[in-house]
Amino acid sequence: MKPDALIPRTGDSTTSEAWFANASPAMDRREFLHQLGVGVFWMVTGTSVWAQARRPTAGGAGERLPLQARLHLGEDGSITVFCGKVECGQGARAEIVQAAAEELRVPAEIVHVLLADTAKVPDDGITAGSRTTPQTVPAIRRAAAAAREWLRQTAAKHWGVDLSELEVRNGAVRHPREDRRFGYSDAARLAVEDPVWQQAVPTDLPLAAPVRWQVMGQSLPRPNAREVVTGQYRYPSDLRRPGLFYGAVLRPPAFGARLVSVDLEAAARAVPGVVTVREDSFVGVAAATSAEARRALAALAATARWGESSQPSSRTIYDHLRREVEEPVPPNPFREEFTSAVREWRATYRLAYVQHVPLETRAALAEWTDQGLTVWMGTQNPFGCRAELARALGLPPEQVRVIVPDFGGGFGGKHTAEAGIEAARLARAARRPVLMHWSREEEFVWAYYRPAAVIDVEAGLDASGHIMYWHFVNMNSGRAALDTPYAVGRSHCRHVPARSPLRQGSYRALAATANHFARESAMDELAALAGLDPLDFRLRHLPTGRLRTVLEEVARRFRWRERIRSAHRGVGFGLACGTEKGSFVATCVEVAMDEATAEIRVREVVQVFECGAIVNPENLLAQVEGCILMGLGPALWEEIRFTQGRVVNGTLSRYRVPRFSDLPKLEIHLLDRPEFPSAGGGETPIVAVAPAIANAVARATGRRIRHMPIRLDAAA
Amino acid sequence: MSQISAEVTSFVTPQSYELLINGQRRSVRTEPGRSLLEVLREDLDLTGTKYGCGEGQCGACTVLVNGQRAHACKLTVQEVIGQSILTIEGLAADGQLHPVQEAFLAEQAFQCGYCTAGMILSAVALFHQRPNPTEAEIVQWMNGNVCRCCGYPRILRAIRRAAEMLRKSS
Repeated sequence: MKPDALIPRTGDSTTSEAWFANASPAMDRREFLHQLGVGVFWMVTGTSVWAQARRPTAGGAGERLPLQARLHLGEDGSITVFCGKVECGQGARAEIVQAAAEELRVPAEIVHVLLADTAKVPDDGITAGSRTTPQTVPAIRRAAAAAREWLRQTAAKHWGVDLSELEVRNGAVRHPREDRRFGYSDAARLAVEDPVWQQAVPTDLPLAAPVRWQVMGQSLPRPNAREVVTGQYRYPSDLRRPGLFYGAVLRPPAFGARLVSVDLEAAARAVPGVVTVREDSFVGVAAATSAEARRALAALAATARWGESSQPSSRTIYDHLRREVEEPVPPNPFREEFTSAVREWRATYRLAYVQHVPLETRAALAEWTDQGLTVWMGTQNPFGCRAELARALGLPPEQVRVIVPDFGGGFGGKHTAEAGIEAARLARAARRPVLMHWSREEEFVWAYYRPAAVIDVEAGLDASGHIMYWHFVNMNSGRAALDTPYAVGRSHCRHVPARSPLRQGSYRALAATANHFARESAMDELAALAGLDPLDFRLRHLPTGRLRTVLEEVARRFRWRERIRSAHRGVGFGLACGTEKGSFVATCVEVAMDEATAEIRVREVVQVFECGAIVNPENLLAQVEGCILMGLGPALWEEIRFTQGRVVNGTLSRYRVPRFSDLPKLEIHLLDRPEFPSAGGGETPIVAVAPAIANAVARATGRRIRHMPIRLDAAA
Repeated sequence: MSQISAEVTSFVTPQSYELLINGQRRSVRTEPGRSLLEVLREDLDLTGTKYGCGEGQCGACTVLVNGQRAHACKLTVQEVIGQSILTIEGLAADGQLHPVQEAFLAEQAFQCGYCTAGMILSAVALFHQRPNPTEAEIVQWMNGNVCRCCGYPRILRAIRRAAEMLRKSS
């Protein structure tokens, strides 16, 4: 494949799960391409902003690793797994322990996992797209199975017995006749030199079937839980090094503003001893405390002059995006063809930009040594950030080491290395380690956003209420879950990238949320047009399959058919379903409207979720709960408001996120399907929340809100 | 940006302050006006207290001052001289976890865990005031603490479990 073919267009990529894009019309289009391992390509445009594409078949470099790159046997009986994934609350750490323990046939307690240190672990790709469960867990299991088989074979050779007489139990093989035992710790020294450990992990070893799982399928808690509840665990922002300075960076007053001039000496006049750095448009300071750094920066900022360009506002953003598409919006190809359609219908749905608001804002500690640069940082993308750092700092990648401690929330929002690059620039000048810990305001304004979306839907119904054609165009936000899972006559679904004025990128479930919001709202609108119940209308378009199963199950558990017959003023019921990344979800909600305040309250959520064989039930349940509740935010309140390039609600007091008092009655059912491979569960459970609410609001009020957030008082 | 322009921009002479933190006297020499949060995290290496929003909206920086909960990001170092400050590092006594910590472990009441210290200390402060809080009282009291992973159901379960443990032990 030619490299050109792999350059992702903005807002587009070869696969949805690795989708990540930025667009800014004002930006230079300098592009640098680098190849990292198997089929992973990176593009950086202008001001170190990112786009990424991954070939559908690429499995990260982790696929053909030598066994010793994946596992280490300790003579003390410990076993260490090396893995390039990160832990930010989604449960990777426990799941990887389970994967290794299962195939090694050892208790989980003796397995330690070293995550995301680019000097020590293999590149398992970015921690995104629900890929850890379907991709990394099998890779770990294969390595563990290889180690187990090696242990058997080594014992068989050593004892001169037949291999078939030996099996590994509780971390050791036993001699079939004598009282002898050979365990992983006994074999540790042999593993160091045995060529098997230097060879690629075979891909054809049988893995334990779910019915035989001992450790997988159990609810193993997070291994470092005690350190978390005692405050001992060091998140990236908690790291300290001898001689550490704290950094602060000059930010433009608005998107697109360019620095004209600044008096760098103003910083040192305000705070003696402060380190001031200017490299092109980057201006920052470092000082012994963050208060000093902020004070020096304020003095410097007061002297800065900026050139601003015209920027759109959130009020006009949807017209702007429609105007700024990068290719023509394809017309409905079916309109001529289906003149016999009984009813034609069309609508446009819109979604606002939102922020991820991880509770720990971006944080990175950079330290230079003779060997190069080490950066400890919170990122979902350790190897990608290593490459980004290397380019920004002018180093070969092997001289950059990125270490990712477990960090305070990602949600798709921490794929980039901004704070690390800033800390590294400051540390280089200061000749000492520097910590950059973004303020909440910085995180709101300068971290990338979930894209805004404009989605046009057109459909035609035949006389029996079946969808004859389905035309669906997503402008700007992305192609995840773009295609309809319903059996419709003809379907034409497209994503059209647009020049986004705001920096945008991944979010939990990517554009699957936007596409489900539009599709599942449209399905209810079409059901009404057909005079059918929304459940029946969907079931007619879902002859069989896993999606139909979860939908039927949620309707049964919610008692959909009984409850929709009951009518209470200001109360509505809604449902929605969907599929993405190999998992299936269906959601029913009850909402209540306060007509005086126009407030929508979600009183009850019942959700059925299915992602194949369940690896860790409690963790999966926590992910599903988290998705549903987090999803209430963009559904009901979250929206970045900006005017002339300035964010006007970039604080937690002005940007409402879900809190305890928003908690509805919550009923979650996980369908365990051991006959299907395990898929990830940290994203898809969010996609059906907002459309179910919109459908319930429409049922209760007669008003169809085609906008996220769904607000009764909104002009949209 | 607002948080920068609001800062004092003239040079400030450092002062010495005696603080009482987790039962220990700690002396710090620093400029006045710094937040307790930054002094804990940058001068005293007590990083269990987290920065989340800087405006008392998320509760990640919750500490107890004389047994009452407070936002360390909103207090200056001068304001807490002579007050008894408890941070998450001081909650477990002699390696024995506080019942609220035990309950959070038992319920696996966190995902990323960044809000956890603030959640635990808020709950401890609640029990100081109301040993047997109702569900509505718990929700109202905890509403100032944000969990972005939205682990709210588990956190509520942990608080109810802690209430039960405290009731049994008293």
